[in-house]
Order: sequence, then C-alpha cells, then structure tokens
Amino acid sequence: MRSLVLDCPGWPGHLPGQHVDVRLTAEDGYQAQRSYSIATPADGTRLTLTIERIADGEVSPYLADELRPGDGLELRGPIGGWFVWEPALGGPLQLVGGGSGVVPLMAMLRARAAAGADIPARLLLSARSWDEVIYRDELERLGAGGGLEVRFALTRAQPPGWTGYARRIDHDMLGEVAWSPEEMPRSFVCGPTGLVEAATRALVELGHDPATVKAERFGPTGGPG
Amino acid sequence: MSDDAHVDGNAVGGMMIEAFGAEMTAARSCCAECGTVAALGALLAYTRAPGDVLRCTGCGVVMLVAVARPEGVRLSLGAVRWIEPPAGPPVSAAP
Repeated sequence: MRSLVLDCPGWPGHLPGQHVDVRLTAEDGYQAQRSYSIATPADGTRLTLTIERIADGEVSPYLADELRPGDGLELRGPIGGWFVWEPALGGPLQLVGGGSGVVPLMAMLRARAAAGADIPARLLLSARSWDEVIYRDELERLGAGGGLEVRFALTRAQPPGWTGYARRIDHDMLGEVAWSPEEMPRSFVCGPTGLVEAATRALVELGHDPATVKAERFGPTGGPG
Repeated sequence: MSDDAHVDGNAVGGMMIEAFGAEMTAARSCCAECGTVAALGALLAYTRAPGDVLRCTGCGVVMLVAVARPEGVRLSLGAVRWIEPPAGPPVSAAP
C-alpha cells in the first residue's frame, strides 16, 4: 500500500468520493488505464491517491514501486457525481467498505473532520487481517474524536484478544451496526463486487430506501490493478 | 445478474465525460426494456470486454456500450428510453 501525493496544475478541485483515471503509456505506445479513488478532500491542486499493489497488475506495481517524486503522470478527472458526499449534504453518514474500498470513504471522513462537522457517522470496514486495514491509526484517531463510530470485520486472521467481528459483512452485522432506516442515513458502500452486492442487498432488506444506498464496485478481489 | 464479474457505471465515468463532455454518473437513465430508472453510475458495468458494457440493474439488458478508439470514444445505444443529465452540480460546486 502506498499513498501518492500529486500536484496537478490546473486541477479544478474535487468532491469526496470522486476518482481519477491514471493512464500509463509504454515506450512502444501500449497503454493501460486504471481508476483510483481520491483519498483526500479538495486541497488546491494537490490530491492523494492510495494505491493497493496488485502483484500481476499492469498499473499498480509501477505506481507502488517505481514512481518517484518529480515523475509525471497522465490523469483524467475528477470523475464521478453520484458516489460523492460533502459535509453540506449532512447525515447521518453510513459508510461500509472492504479492503481498499475504504479510500473514497476516507476522503469523506477527512472532509467531515476538516469541516469540524458535527455529523454523526459510522464506518464498518472489512479487511482480511488487522495488518491489512488501510489508515488503521488514522481511523482509530478519528474514531476517538467523537461522532464517528468505527467497527472492523477481520475475515481471515484476528489478533489475540480480538473483540470485533471475525467474518464477512452480512445482514446480521449491518443490522447491529448500521443506522436504522428511520434515521435516514446516507449510505456509501465501496469495495470488491461480492462485498458490495452483499452489503447493499442487506441494507435494502433492513428497510433502507435503495435511492439512499450508493455503491462503488472494484470488481473481484484483487481486481486487474 | 449478480455475478462478481461486473463493477458499476462509476468505472465508466471517465469515458462518459469524453463522450458527453460532462460528468454523467449522476445522470438518470431509463431502461427501454423494463422501465427501471437508475443513475448511470449505478448501472452494472462489464469492463473486460473490448468496450465497456452498461447493463440495466433491473433486467440486465444492454443499455450502453462505450468503446475507446484513437479518434475518440464511441457510445453505442442499446435499450435506453431516456437519459436525463443531473440538474446541476451533484452538491455545491467543487472549490
């Protein structure tokens, strides 16, 4: 996992939840393109991408291992007007993520914190193990600040004495941790397709209006990267 | 249509900006086959074919196919009754 801080002259600003397309062109003209969520709220011409390295990927190994400060990158964006949130939209905020699906949700939480917004928020985040939880320390810090409840589901391995969830996100788990439909949360679900399908289905079964449940899918775990 | 092979219309947002000249994932669409209304960002997207295929969340029919060509994106229309661009910026304009 690597976070890249990019300076993009002429960047028009962006909203939490938006993404960019990164295009790499080889010397022979071959091009590969992938989408990456922006991890930070608008900050002038600066934006941060968090890259999960996919071992046999075409783009992420370059971004994770080889890109150096000062190198150029071809970007298209910001992209997305549906899976977006900013503090002015209010809450409560219901965030459900899996793996690197936390990245756009983190942009939302960082925007919420930066605005000093008193918007109640809950994050349910799934990862294979504690070591694979992205932004772990920052999430714990934000969670200690009040108004944000963070719950983790570790699906493969749990540290000794683990008291959080130790299974995939499911209907019963969301029934326990999600806001009730009566509280009319704005829900954002992001992660591998299987997780997103399960979580969005469960939220609708629990009574949430499908129009308030927005999702962004990364494809099968691992993805093409 | 709930296999693991699809993502969603958000992934095609960049191609749609090229095709329409505007951000379109928040635009609403109506399926000509079953009448389901959904944001383009919410449609089922199959991006591993040559061209990105957007299918209806209700019945799975092909609604749009976006193909990147050297001379620009070509958008082929399938079972689309209408597309309605978002009325304004999704939320307040980005700074």
